[in-house]
Amino acid sequence: MIHILKTLLSHWRRHPMQLVALLVGLTIATALWSGVQALNAQARDSYNKAAQLLGGDRVESLTLVNGALFSDKAFAELRRAGWIVSPVLEGQVRVNGKSLRVIGIDPLSLPRAAALATPATGTEISEDGKGFQSFLTRPWQSLIALSTMEQFGLGTDAPAITETGITLPALTAAENVTPGILVMDVGAAQSVLEAVGKLSRLLIDPDAKTSTTPLEDATSIPLQRTSESEVSGDLNRLTDSFHLNLTAFGMLAFLVGLFIVYSAITLAFEQRLPMLRTLRACGVSALTLTIALLLELLTLALIGGITGVALGYLIAVALMPDVATSLGGLYGAQVSGSLALSPSWWSAGLGMSMIGALAASSYSLAKAYWMPPLATAQRFAWREAQERRLNWQSGIALALLGLAIILYLFGNGLVVGFAILAALLVAGALALPPLLSLILRVGESHAGGPVSQWFWADSRMQLSGLSVALMAMLLALAANIGVGTMVDGFRKTFNDWLDQRLVAEIYLDSLDETRFDAVMSWLDLREDVTVLLPKNRVDVRIEGWPVRVLGFVDHESYRDYWPMKAANPDLWDAVLSDEAILVSEQLAQRLTLRLDDTISIGEWQPRIVGIYPDYGNPKGQISANIDTVAHYFPDAGPGGIGVRTDDDNIESLMEALRTQFNFTGSEMIDQASLKAFSKGIFEKTFAVTAALNVLTMLVAGIAMFMSLLTLSEMRLPQLAPLWAGGLTRRKLAMLELGKTIALALFTAMLAVPLGLLVAWCLIAVVNVQAFGWRLPFHVFPYQWIWLVALAILTAFVASLMPTLRLRTIAPMRLLRVFANER
Amino acid sequence: MNVDRRYLLTLLCMTPVSAFAQQQGFAGLGGPAEGFARVRPNPQIKFPADHGAHPSFRIEWWYVTANLTDDEGALYGAQFTLFRQAASPGPQKEAWENQQFWLGHAAITTEEAHLYAEKFGRGGVGQAGVTANPFEAWIDDWSFGSIDQSFSPLRLHTEAPDFGYDLHLSTDAAMVLQGEDGYSVKSDRGQASYYVSQPFFEAKGTLRLGTKNVSVKGRAWMDREWSSQPLAPDQEGWDWFSLHLDSGEKVMLFRLRHTGGENYFAGNWISPDGGSTPIPSSEINMEPLETARVAGRDIPTGWRLSVASRNLAIETTALNPQSWNETGFPYWEGPTTFTGSHNGIGYLEMTGYARI
Repeated sequence: MIHILKTLLSHWRRHPMQLVALLVGLTIATALWSGVQALNAQARDSYNKAAQLLGGDRVESLTLVNGALFSDKAFAELRRAGWIVSPVLEGQVRVNGKSLRVIGIDPLSLPRAAALATPATGTEISEDGKGFQSFLTRPWQSLIALSTMEQFGLGTDAPAITETGITLPALTAAENVTPGILVMDVGAAQSVLEAVGKLSRLLIDPDAKTSTTPLEDATSIPLQRTSESEVSGDLNRLTDSFHLNLTAFGMLAFLVGLFIVYSAITLAFEQRLPMLRTLRACGVSALTLTIALLLELLTLALIGGITGVALGYLIAVALMPDVATSLGGLYGAQVSGSLALSPSWWSAGLGMSMIGALAASSYSLAKAYWMPPLATAQRFAWREAQERRLNWQSGIALALLGLAIILYLFGNGLVVGFAILAALLVAGALALPPLLSLILRVGESHAGGPVSQWFWADSRMQLSGLSVALMAMLLALAANIGVGTMVDGFRKTFNDWLDQRLVAEIYLDSLDETRFDAVMSWLDLREDVTVLLPKNRVDVRIEGWPVRVLGFVDHESYRDYWPMKAANPDLWDAVLSDEAILVSEQLAQRLTLRLDDTISIGEWQPRIVGIYPDYGNPKGQISANIDTVAHYFPDAGPGGIGVRTDDDNIESLMEALRTQFNFTGSEMIDQASLKAFSKGIFEKTFAVTAALNVLTMLVAGIAMFMSLLTLSEMRLPQLAPLWAGGLTRRKLAMLELGKTIALALFTAMLAVPLGLLVAWCLIAVVNVQAFGWRLPFHVFPYQWIWLVALAILTAFVASLMPTLRLRTIAPMRLLRVFANER
Repeated sequence: MNVDRRYLLTLLCMTPVSAFAQQQGFAGLGGPAEGFARVRPNPQIKFPADHGAHPSFRIEWWYVTANLTDDEGALYGAQFTLFRQAASPGPQKEAWENQQFWLGHAAITTEEAHLYAEKFGRGGVGQAGVTANPFEAWIDDWSFGSIDQSFSPLRLHTEAPDFGYDLHLSTDAAMVLQGEDGYSVKSDRGQASYYVSQPFFEAKGTLRLGTKNVSVKGRAWMDREWSSQPLAPDQEGWDWFSLHLDSGEKVMLFRLRHTGGENYFAGNWISPDGGSTPIPSSEINMEPLETARVAGRDIPTGWRLSVASRNLAIETTALNPQSWNETGFPYWEGPTTFTGSHNGIGYLEMTGYARI
């Protein structure tokens, strides 16, 4: 076996570039795949840890239907009725310009199923119980992740003060608290969140016996059982689409990487056919030979896998901050920026590398096994074989196209969206060689003169060897065009929408009730304020979805500028006098609401008179008249104030507000800064997509380069007769270069329609399913030109080296082709 | 965050009743008492006010033990305890800031089984507490309280996953003052508590063992104690008896064990009409007869007890030697029977035995 392996491996010594191609392909495929997996795993891990803090899906909660706070009397009432419940008060505070989630718990009754109830190493509550007592009694303690403390620029020495001026209980670093969260005693949370006597939910201990007293007899507060996934699992639901997006990109990159592996392996196999035959003739059995090939392959896959996983780690480290920022900005999800990876991630990466290598080589391996030892090489039956393969590929491409159409017509959901995308991409890739062949055949039929005829015919022949690289190129280009069209379209829509939507010059937020009133009356007296647009708000749940209800005043600033996706003609009057509402597009999509539908929000049964876009907001939103909201939700809190003023007065008014009310950075923001901030989040969101896009392009370029490099070696027998026929090496090299560039050009041109199809699928199917909004379809032709140029450049660079080699090749070698001819 | 129950225990027992808080006597009962009210001789104990809680003292408990029999004559024991502990002295704070922490224990003992449960609660929010008039002591759905306006009769009710009981307790007898008029000295260095009992309860009701209900009747004994530092720092545990003599007399005896090996003895002899007389410590003899291996400890479950001046000389036998409460502060508590100069039934509580 050793000798067989040695013989097999000798091939790589003679063709080091093939080995490099194989390893690079495996490395890149594994790296992109595992990098994306690492990002997803890290984010999911953060969500799960956050959910597990209070027990995750095992622990049900009691909440009010609308998610509002309720009196903590319910706790004692239920405990006395035998319900083993534990109080929780949750809320947000803002510290140093960023938001922290506060979780107030009662450690004495906290279910053991909650992660917070399990001791973790490195926590600060000392065993003598003193730390525990200081957790429970004033001035209390806040447990916080060390990384969050650093991120927020907080220390244990100085007290942390919220932007509303409340001093947080002394910070204590705790290992098992997830980032972005402050854990404190429920009493402390009531004080910090200014919700004395209030709770947001009661956890039901899953390990305790259930009470025989029905819930409604145990307490007069109308609580209902909710599962954890409805309460904080929202995060998982909301972010699912984001992660699916990443996964899809990882998968695409992996596939593109496998194209390289496939071409390298197939090539190596073809070149080794004589060697394999010789080995068989020497008495090596088909099985032994196949096992030897398999061993060789797995060893290479292992090496490629290890480097790939390591590279994937680096990719993930580089992208993690952007991912964390966009998750935070989009969903308020706190994700730790530092990567902690499990052994299972490493082994999964290696596994993918192995599986990928096996998949890419299964054809060659099967061929090696069934190969008759004495058959002669049938290299020149290529035309027939190619024809057969092209037909076969066209068939599959058509079938996949049909599948995509059927899925679009009858399927539903995000996964189906991606399935359509995958079917379209693979169909496009498979259809590429037949289409190119067709183009070349047309070219051939119009060719005049032998060299020209040879040019077209030889291009067709080369198609078989290059097609894999060209397919990789096509996929990368199409994905690029598709994603680029979507992102740019979204950017344009988003910016236009921001311009229309942000009407006030100054926005004030994070106001408590007293401050709200004070600020309102102060602003009312100012001459430089032209219009005041106050809002109130309340958070509710509709069919389990978190929805924010915003109350706004009737004003022409809204009537004139608020863009609607669909609206009744009399919408503003209906909102003003008929208690009607406007709903965000996401909410309408999720609950399949249409204009004139009526929904129930507690006792309020409003009619929908408008549907407006609300890009970037993961939660549903309802807008209604401010008085209507106050009527149905007496405890609705202040929701911020929009202040309209002349452009010249913005600076002075903000300065006056700052002096008068001590407004900090995040509480007061002018329109321009708010726009910049929103756009910043938007850009971050697609930073990862863009990065992966570039990497995919790179992989396609490498695939092309590798294919050409290896092909050039094989093509000597085709070129030698031409050289012998009188063409100079220089002329030959130019022809070769021209041929590659022509193929790349055709591929890039075919990528444009495929890319637009991908963009359409992303915009009309995936985006709607993932985010709940549909964007107008904008096309950006400059993008295509740029990409086509890039493809040609890639092809040029990739074929440069083989071409240069051809130009300077020793005539001896060309001559030897005839000597070696078999 | 280390919010494991064990920290609760340490917290609750930074001073309370059970914990074997290491340095300062059993369960930290010997810990410092600065800022809390002090126990002094000649107390003026008054009811119903003193049925209620005394939050200015650091610790307090309401304790009921019942010796019960079913229709076939099988013996049972039932225990209920509500402990209160103040985390800090000073005025009572509102709601979640209240410094009172509560601990409830319930147990049923049969010859074959000992079932127990434990609950934790916070003061200030209604989860646990005690009111004096009408009397009620509760934690979650466990409660011990007067049925009407008068103190007796009372209902004692607990529900745990694998057991529960619902008992009706009644007596016409007045509360009995232990020690000297309710001032019960616990060490030669002056550690003491206020200690009153009601040993004359008639009990009847239902025990639930798993899914099986058993009708029972018998006697019950209630103890009330409050203090700020009942034990000396070097007292590591106690052996405490409440005995119902067939003669109708009641006897309370205890021994506090010092780390040096000496013991502090005390007790009261209670006549059938409720007259309570302290028993001089020199007359008390408590001698372990047999030990059982319980939860990794050697625990004396059989005793020879004598009080010379009262001609009491008896030997006690535990109904179930494995009456172990593996609670935060683990201890042995179970029904016992005795024979000798007097026959009868009673309860034995033993704390502070170290794991071997």
